[in-house]
Amino acid sequence: MKKPTFLISFLVFFTLAISCYAQPVSSTELINNAKLYDGKIVNYEGEVIGDIMKRGDYAWVNVNDGVNAIGIWINTALLRDIGFTGSYKSVGDGIEATGVFRRACPEHGGDLDIHAQSIRKTGAGRQMQERLNIDKRNQVFIFLGIIGLIWISKLLRAK
Amino acid sequence: MILKPRLEDVKIIGFYLGKIILGLALTMVVPIILGLALKETNPTLDFLIGIEISFIFGLLLTTLCRTEKDLSWMQGMIVVSLSWLAAMLLGAIPLYLSGHWKSYLDACFEAMSGFATTGLTLVQDLDHLSYTHNLWRHLITFIGGQGIAIVALSLFVKGASGAFRMYVGEARDERLLPNVVNTARFIWLISFVYLILGTLSLGIAGISIGMRPGNAFFHGACIFMAGFDTAGFAPQTQNMLYYHSLIFELVTIVIMLVGALNFNFHYQLWIGNRKEVFKNIESRAFFISIMLTFLIAAISLNQLGVYPQALALFRKGFFQLVSGHTTTGYATIYAKQFITEWGDLGLVALICAMGLGGCACSTAGGIKMLRIGIIFKALLEDIKKIILPERAIVVQKFHHIKEIFLEDKQVRGALLITLAYLVLYGFGTLVGMFYGYPFLESLFESTSAAANVGFSCGITDVNMPSFLKVTYIFQMWAGRLEFMSVFTLLGFFVAILRGKR
Repeated sequence: MKKPTFLISFLVFFTLAISCYAQPVSSTELINNAKLYDGKIVNYEGEVIGDIMKRGDYAWVNVNDGVNAIGIWINTALLRDIGFTGSYKSVGDGIEATGVFRRACPEHGGDLDIHAQSIRKTGAGRQMQERLNIDKRNQVFIFLGIIGLIWISKLLRAK
Repeated sequence: MILKPRLEDVKIIGFYLGKIILGLALTMVVPIILGLALKETNPTLDFLIGIEISFIFGLLLTTLCRTEKDLSWMQGMIVVSLSWLAAMLLGAIPLYLSGHWKSYLDACFEAMSGFATTGLTLVQDLDHLSYTHNLWRHLITFIGGQGIAIVALSLFVKGASGAFRMYVGEARDERLLPNVVNTARFIWLISFVYLILGTLSLGIAGISIGMRPGNAFFHGACIFMAGFDTAGFAPQTQNMLYYHSLIFELVTIVIMLVGALNFNFHYQLWIGNRKEVFKNIESRAFFISIMLTFLIAAISLNQLGVYPQALALFRKGFFQLVSGHTTTGYATIYAKQFITEWGDLGLVALICAMGLGGCACSTAGGIKMLRIGIIFKALLEDIKKIILPERAIVVQKFHHIKEIFLEDKQVRGALLITLAYLVLYGFGTLVGMFYGYPFLESLFESTSAAANVGFSCGITDVNMPSFLKVTYIFQMWAGRLEFMSVFTLLGFFVAILRGKR
């Protein structure tokens, strides 16, 4: 094979290989095939949920992709863009973390985790406005009325 | 000849069932207060609807079935078994209304799992569940762990003999104090003291690992309730893996072990008798069993090279083993990792630990250590009889609060309940296999449900067949009540259908 052809083939193959890993991998895929991905650089995308737990210069950020959540070990300097974490009253920021996946992390007591090298914000979180559910409110009053009727009949029976 | 139950029987059962439902309704006040404090409007409405429906049923039953009579053994057992079903149906209402459970059956599954202190879950999008609903999930484990009838005993029931019958119906046959109502109150006292200590410990641990203070104490209370009551629910999807913390795991191990100990131990410690912990047949059996099953699991994990470091083996291997043996079900690994990484030997060790369970008269499930100890002593006695000369008189004793001579009656009782558990484990396994799940996975999930553990290897899922969900609900219920009250209820229905007047 001539040198330019070999180089072009190599570059094409290399780019394809990188692009494969550049695709975000789901939590299910990572957990079910943990041995396969162990020690490899992966892209993992999801919503930041719960607490951001700072431990010195690093922090644990739990990221849920809709099925499972995985812990991301991340330098706090990379967390500046994260404003919202998911809870009942808020939707967390969406992030894509690129880093080394560990099936049983030797640094963290065997946790299945990702040590992030970089993160990219993919979606903005927000506060959720809770709207009063009118049907539920009406049901509360209806059932209250029924309790009142039973109570009155109980009093009448007692007399 | 089977006698058809009289209307009087039905009225007495209905009246006491109504009282228990009223007691349960009152417990919904706790999440309502939290919902109001946190301004979670719709979740508060869910619980207002739940409490109102519960009050309606409770008031109807106590009004229509009003009686002054005390419970007989049969009636007490039936009240207990029905009250657990009522708790499931009513406790599921606010859960279902939240929209985080796909069907009412799923919400019932969750409620039974909570009350029976199992911890298997079908919740959707747990990370966005309100604090109000999350508190309820954990509170029902606290209520169920102590016993639903004990709630009523502490609040409403006056008759001592009827109270004792309900107490026994909930798989508790040891009185800590001469009066069963005082025993029930003492169990609550112990539980509340531990609740305060456990919440403080976990809350401080939570703050030290970077959680917001409010969240740390909320999680602390939830993790304590589901840990002490060996349930295994957690406020986040990742269960214990959410915290990524050795300190949090260590505190939780202590809480799980404390919860799996006999309430009689706690009472003995309370009155200063610390030696009991070292002399008692249950604590000895529990220690030996944990060590043996962990040894087998560790050999398997080591052979497969799953956790090369000692710390990882402790945090993953030992934690899961203790969690399974105490029938808690807290996990620091993902469900599928049991199947893909632990190997058959490791899984068998964990299944054995789950099946054996914690101590009698505790919040734990499974066969129980007292029965295992008694069976082992009986085996020793039989071996001695074979070895020693025929004229030798062999007497076997064991220590459980006091020195007790081993009798055939105790051995028979222990063996019967053990057999019933094994049949229950097998039944769920068969149903799982019927739906195409592999043997070991079916056995794992079935044992987890029937021994009220809560570990899942992935079968428990919102998409699993409905009949399998019902099977696991039945297993959780029968396993928690240790069969007698469930058998009595089945017998009662047979008597209604086939009994003679």
